[in-house]
Amino acid sequence: MSGETTEPYSAGGASVHPWPGKAGPVHTRESPSSANGSLARNPGMPLDLGWLEAMRHVNRSALERRAATLTKRRSIKKDHQAAWLLRAIAVMDLTTLSSDDTQERVRRLCAKARDPLRADLVVGLNIEEADIRPAAVCVYQPFVATAVKALKGTDIHVAAVSTAFPHGLAPLETRISEIEASVADGADEIDVVIPRGLVLGAQWERLYDEITRFREACGKAHLKVILGTGDLSTLRNVTLASMVAMMAGADFIKTSTGKESVNATLPVGLAMVRTIRAYHERTGIHIGFKPAGGISTAKTALEWLILMREELGRRWLEPDLFRFGASSLLTDIERQLEHHLTGRYSAAHRHAMA
Amino acid sequence: MNILERYAAMDYGPAPESRAEADAWLKSHNFSKALFIGGEWRSAASGATFSVVEPATGKPLADVSDAGAEDIGAAVKAARKALPAWQKASGYERARILYAIGRAMQRHARLFAVLESIDNGKPIRESRDIDVPLAARHFIHHAGWAQTLEKAYPGYEAAGVAGQIIPWNFPLLMLAWKIAPALATGCTVVLKPAEFTPLTAILFAEICGRAGVPKGVVNIVQGGGETGAAIVEHPDIDKIAFTGSSDVGKIIRSATAGTGKKLSLELGGKSAFMVFEDADLDSAVEGLVDGIWFNQGQVCCAGSRLLVQESVAETFIAKVKARMGHLRLGDPLDKNTDIGPLIAPSQLERVESMIAEGARQGAECWQPASDLPQEGYFHLPTLATDVSPANILAQEEVFGPVLATMTFRTQEEGIALANNTRYGLAASVWSENVNRTLHVAPQLKAGVIWINGTNMFDASAGFGGYRESGFGREGGHEGLYEYLKKPEKKAAYKSLPMPEADSEAGGSGVIDRTPKLFISGKQTRPDGNYALAVTDPKGKVLGEVGAGNRKDIRNAVSSARASKWAQATAYNRAQVLYYFGENLSVRAEEFAGRLASLTGAKPKAAQAEVELSIERLFAAAGMADKYEGRVHQPPMRTVTLALNDPVGVMGVVAPDEAPLLALITMLAPALAMGNAVVAVPSQRYPLIATDLYQVIETSDLPAGSVNIVTGDSAELGAVLAKHDDVDGLWCIGEAELSATVERESAGNLKRVWTNAGRAVDWTGNDKLVDDFLRRAVEIKNVWIPYGD
Repeated sequence: MSGETTEPYSAGGASVHPWPGKAGPVHTRESPSSANGSLARNPGMPLDLGWLEAMRHVNRSALERRAATLTKRRSIKKDHQAAWLLRAIAVMDLTTLSSDDTQERVRRLCAKARDPLRADLVVGLNIEEADIRPAAVCVYQPFVATAVKALKGTDIHVAAVSTAFPHGLAPLETRISEIEASVADGADEIDVVIPRGLVLGAQWERLYDEITRFREACGKAHLKVILGTGDLSTLRNVTLASMVAMMAGADFIKTSTGKESVNATLPVGLAMVRTIRAYHERTGIHIGFKPAGGISTAKTALEWLILMREELGRRWLEPDLFRFGASSLLTDIERQLEHHLTGRYSAAHRHAMA
Repeated sequence: MNILERYAAMDYGPAPESRAEADAWLKSHNFSKALFIGGEWRSAASGATFSVVEPATGKPLADVSDAGAEDIGAAVKAARKALPAWQKASGYERARILYAIGRAMQRHARLFAVLESIDNGKPIRESRDIDVPLAARHFIHHAGWAQTLEKAYPGYEAAGVAGQIIPWNFPLLMLAWKIAPALATGCTVVLKPAEFTPLTAILFAEICGRAGVPKGVVNIVQGGGETGAAIVEHPDIDKIAFTGSSDVGKIIRSATAGTGKKLSLELGGKSAFMVFEDADLDSAVEGLVDGIWFNQGQVCCAGSRLLVQESVAETFIAKVKARMGHLRLGDPLDKNTDIGPLIAPSQLERVESMIAEGARQGAECWQPASDLPQEGYFHLPTLATDVSPANILAQEEVFGPVLATMTFRTQEEGIALANNTRYGLAASVWSENVNRTLHVAPQLKAGVIWINGTNMFDASAGFGGYRESGFGREGGHEGLYEYLKKPEKKAAYKSLPMPEADSEAGGSGVIDRTPKLFISGKQTRPDGNYALAVTDPKGKVLGEVGAGNRKDIRNAVSSARASKWAQATAYNRAQVLYYFGENLSVRAEEFAGRLASLTGAKPKAAQAEVELSIERLFAAAGMADKYEGRVHQPPMRTVTLALNDPVGVMGVVAPDEAPLLALITMLAPALAMGNAVVAVPSQRYPLIATDLYQVIETSDLPAGSVNIVTGDSAELGAVLAKHDDVDGLWCIGEAELSATVERESAGNLKRVWTNAGRAVDWTGNDKLVDDFLRRAVEIKNVWIPYGD
């Protein structure tokens, strides 16, 4: 199968690059709280360089202006805000990606994911029946098995960062075997990074090939493709890389590893959700979006939810189409919810740490 | 609805801005004493009031004193009284006060914003994030101008008492645009807010007192159209500044004709929003939202004509419709409101009837299925497609949330459609190709061009229109001129009568040449085929010239319009003008002789006039590539270029005094800046101009760049003033002629400069060329936000 190659294809003047992967069985999952029905998984498509060319028109100033005013045009107060913050929990990939992670640390994170809110808050908000929890726990490969075990009996997914996170600069086969190891350990979501050099060098065929290999290695596990937008220099590169990732079969596109000097920003998010809209308009396929890195306050979380609501609509606020990658966000949301209930400002130490 | 239901729905819910402070402010005021005159609050002399209504609810807000002519008289008197001391105050003193006003507005920003939204109906997001910060910025920016005024504008002084009339769409911001430059230059003001929206001006007046504005420097009078008319007609006002409709602007142009009042008009528009196939379409859609649905479309520079390239039209329209579906109409004080109510029932009716008429004329009018509030004067955003250029929605300013769409095939066609309008306020150009945008922007006939953006404003950049969108600029270096003047001679201009031809003085035998008109580069017989005798002071006939008539003017204007002169490079224009001077120099003796025999001047004086004329040609030639634009620095990532654009086709009516020098002093700067000229030379001494066309013929001036029509100056000046394809007119003559051309210019609001019936010092003033250079250009601000 041609997907074995790691060399860039020579396009030979054709604008359409053959899709080396084969469409896997369409894998669908019920989203935990979606009343909107499940969606067909992205089967990918041949690399369409012509379409890529047509997506080049990205005006940074205009995107920045839109992003800057977007959050000023919408405001969410009181009960609505509490509901939106609960939504932020439900679309959260509760994450630990530190060099000093241990099995015990991951178990603690999973415990927090199982019980994200203090019991009195759950009662106070009258949401006992809803079972609102983070959508996934996100860890490095060595902790996948621990997380799977700790979350058994819940519908919380286990996501593993893979492919030589955070830089993606290991041999392709090494990266692929890392995915396979995580899938074998029970991860059902795989967050891969791309080598940013392929974008900066406009090696779209090679990028496409690598991502299709990742997707193949994922099997039934869902593929989130991290672009490392802080390294990509322009919003045009962000747009083009997003398009290639979707064509190659990404289920989600994701902004950052959290390790770049610039994390998820709203203009970057805007550029990416516009590509998701374009892909949906042309193919009918829904692609998910995951901003990650630096999203640590309830206020920031609301801004991202507003971005999704405005640009892609209500359907994209479900965990099968939207996630936050976050570690400390949950505590801030808890504090805000306590304030909502009591009118008193809370402190971090009053809430169980992850 | 409980939290879980909200969790499922994920709606925004209400997010109201508190109106408690604003309501308390409203309650604490007696608005029947709302005239701020000489630092005191007064009732109208008549005791009359008018009712102000909240557009979102239709409920009354206040009964406000209605100023009549007597009150305007008192306000003008107060302003006049305050003028000398305010003018004499140092720039630094005025700067301190302007700064204090700006800071006070910032301190009370939220009260201003809430009050504005209550009074006008604009969404709180706009008043809070746009109107009020820009207004405060205007005062702080102009504080600097006050302090540097003498250095930046040498030889100028304050225009005097300014009468200012502002509209209801941006009540506080328009107030700032009017008052800040006036105070910076040392003018005192009488300002009338619109009767729909007087409230923030009243709050502003309170702040003036606290910021140390001397009594009488700022006077605020409330009232409607009659109050405005009383300001316009008041004899002791030196300067009128008006923002509003083109219809009223024309009335004011006529009403002030011949009064010597300075005038600036910022009027309506039908601004083009051009989307090329290589644009960032999603961003252009957002630009459009800010272009036509900002302030409910009640914006003079609203991007109300969408011109989209055919190849992307279908895609783009689909995106626009999808986006329109997300616009939220509702309570202006709700932070989630995108579109508030229109200002008044009359405006709602106007918008509805124009849409109906547009549809009747073939437009397809589409509206999203959005919720429409039950009370208040709300109107759904509307997209009109299948709009022909003749459709009312493409021709007339709607001043509402209505977008008219047309498509174009090529860049040239797009530009032609964009310019196919009587207006010329603003335009947006969307394309990711910087080569294209910088090629298109200079070709658009509009005072403000936004590249990949829309409705960007700043105190540092001039705002104002071409054509019937008015004249003058507000903001920036260019805006200060509207409140400055140069001290003028008081002596009246007198045209010289032609002495009766005296057959006994001889001379009929010396007519050896047949001077004609000079049109389109050719010597042309006058249409009427009559001739006028030209005599020397003693009545001796020196020659005969053609008696030009309105058809000759018509032909001359056509030829000027067709001229390619504006496209010549500045260096090329410089060289041609130098050559013109050089050729005149070769024949200097002949011209001096002609002048002496025509005017009876002493040979030395005649020689001096010729020499100075040549010097002026050289001066203008030298400035052709040096009278440059500016780069403004608004507080955002953009380059804002203030370009000097030629006014276009210019009429020049020259005086009898210094007949060669005056003509050349006006002609040369006009040409240097790229204007094509139709000149009416001195009626008494036209032979000097008919001699001159021989020099022009040998000076490489392209056909149509200079046309000379001899004849009755008053008659021909009036014809030029009435010609709607003439963009500018400089006319020297007696007071009656000044008044006539100013009045007649109202037809197309051409830029007119007259001597207001006063004599002009053509020889002693070495700044004359600079003054005419400034009048020879229209300043176009091109905003180029950047970043990749």
